[in-house]
Amino acid sequence: MNWEVIIPLLVFLVFIFFTGLYASKHLKTTSNFLQEYFLGSRQLGGFILAMTMIATYGSASSFVGGPGVAYTMGLGWVLLSMTQLATGYFVLSVLGKKFAIMARKIRAVTLIDFLKERYQSKWVVILSALSIIIFLFSAMAAQWVGGARLIESLTGLSYTAALFIFAVSVLVYVIIGGFRAVAITDTVQGVVMFLGTLIILAGTIIAGGGVGNIMTDLAAENPDLISPYGADRSLTPLFVSSFWILVGVGVVGLPQVAVRAMSYKSSRGMHKALIIGTVVVGFIMLGMHLTGVFARAVLPGIEVGDTVMPKIAMEVLPPWLAGIVLAAPMAAIMSTVDSLLLLVSSAIVKDVYLNYVKPEANDQTIKRFSMAVTTVIGVLVFAMAVNPPELLIWLNLFSFGGLEAAFIWPVIMGLYWKKGNAGGAIASILTGVFSYILFHTFMPNAFGMHTVVLPVLLSLLAYVLISLLTAEKYEQVQQEVITKLWSA
Amino acid sequence: MKQKKALRDDPRYRVANREALIGAGLVLLNFIMWFGFAYGLGSKPVEEYQYIWGMPAWFFYSCIVTTISIITLVVLAVVFLFKEVPLDEEGDEQ
Repeated sequence: MNWEVIIPLLVFLVFIFFTGLYASKHLKTTSNFLQEYFLGSRQLGGFILAMTMIATYGSASSFVGGPGVAYTMGLGWVLLSMTQLATGYFVLSVLGKKFAIMARKIRAVTLIDFLKERYQSKWVVILSALSIIIFLFSAMAAQWVGGARLIESLTGLSYTAALFIFAVSVLVYVIIGGFRAVAITDTVQGVVMFLGTLIILAGTIIAGGGVGNIMTDLAAENPDLISPYGADRSLTPLFVSSFWILVGVGVVGLPQVAVRAMSYKSSRGMHKALIIGTVVVGFIMLGMHLTGVFARAVLPGIEVGDTVMPKIAMEVLPPWLAGIVLAAPMAAIMSTVDSLLLLVSSAIVKDVYLNYVKPEANDQTIKRFSMAVTTVIGVLVFAMAVNPPELLIWLNLFSFGGLEAAFIWPVIMGLYWKKGNAGGAIASILTGVFSYILFHTFMPNAFGMHTVVLPVLLSLLAYVLISLLTAEKYEQVQQEVITKLWSA
Repeated sequence: MKQKKALRDDPRYRVANREALIGAGLVLLNFIMWFGFAYGLGSKPVEEYQYIWGMPAWFFYSCIVTTISIITLVVLAVVFLFKEVPLDEEGDEQ
């Protein structure tokens, strides 16, 4: 074991743990448990809002998987990763004020609360809750596996022990602290991610003898490493551009990101978050993927992409600094997992239990039930992650693009198109999820674009078409919805 | 029937709609710059590349210059075009 690397990591875990505990104090004094536990009472300021959005969005793939691919593919993959710059400003400016205002009019706590009021349909609620629970549960388990593998590879602990350490450090503060604890720890984790990126990028450039030198080395190995087409010329402009849908604008449809767009305190906070978020996401994505490419000039011949980041950190930095840098992927994973955990829990407690099982539950019952549900989900994920079943791995493949295809139009059109109705939303969710699964299985990357593109277009078509066709059926309901959500 | 459509939209929505359009416009510009520089300058054979600060010109412009320009535009848009509106309902003391 390399204690000089492990100690900064441990310090980081302990620090996160206590930050979470500290943030949980708010729960004791709150007058509205649900609002506080699942939404932090809509009190987020600009900096925390920006950081929790970026940290929730940035996951294992931004810090481990992505740089690993960049190592193999070269600058073309950095170009592709820069499509994510848009998430920094697009989500907040598009959902932005409208979502925040509407959510307040109806006192929505979850994304599904909004869909429920907007479409007044039990089926919209049930379908959305199911997609969130199934897909995000799998996504969460996959991130836990990633987190545990990372601890395993850095410390030499067994996989199960590593998983246990990871689980305990996340679970405790989420269970007792809720959304505010998640947002505040996300902020610390976001800062660690930012600093980690800065240090490793600088370290790698110095070790490689400057940018010019590195580029010459790369071009000498394979000129296409510095072309936009990728080392094997497989990155076509169309394919790379289609990532604007997957990781650029489509992110609006991810429930864990969307819910943050109704958690902020004031429009001033949102404005600040727009700027900070764009700077931070731009820097992290550019820095991490560029490091992956540069690493090739410093440490050629790494076979397994996922090991590039740990290896380059150990190579170019003194051990204690490598420990700090390697806390960054840990932070990215933790900050994604904690938000997903809370979101799945809110779907069960708020969207299913309180809507259909026991609407009259009092605050005390809700409190006990929420914490119990969060705990049970946490334990279940742990059990699944010890030995991930095939089904879970399969479901996780759809958790990103599938959810985007399901939710992007019910959310965006729900906010901006008054004629959108429950029929359209149901059609859009079903079309999105199922066409994604079908395309993925039978026609992956159809017509040279990422699989997500066609399902997103099809679900838009379904939304508009069915909304128009069923306009008469829903006329009465629509009138009420418009009065409630749109009128001053 | 009191369902006469005399209802007016919440005036804050005009601000919100405009800002959503600004966001979409920024994405469009971001895409055009990113795509134009990358494939406009990067399509020729690698031996003919020009370099700026050690980086191939296509990469310098499409990933570095574009990113910095978009960030600058986001700042300008937020400062000069985005309006602060109250988010809470009157009487909605939480």
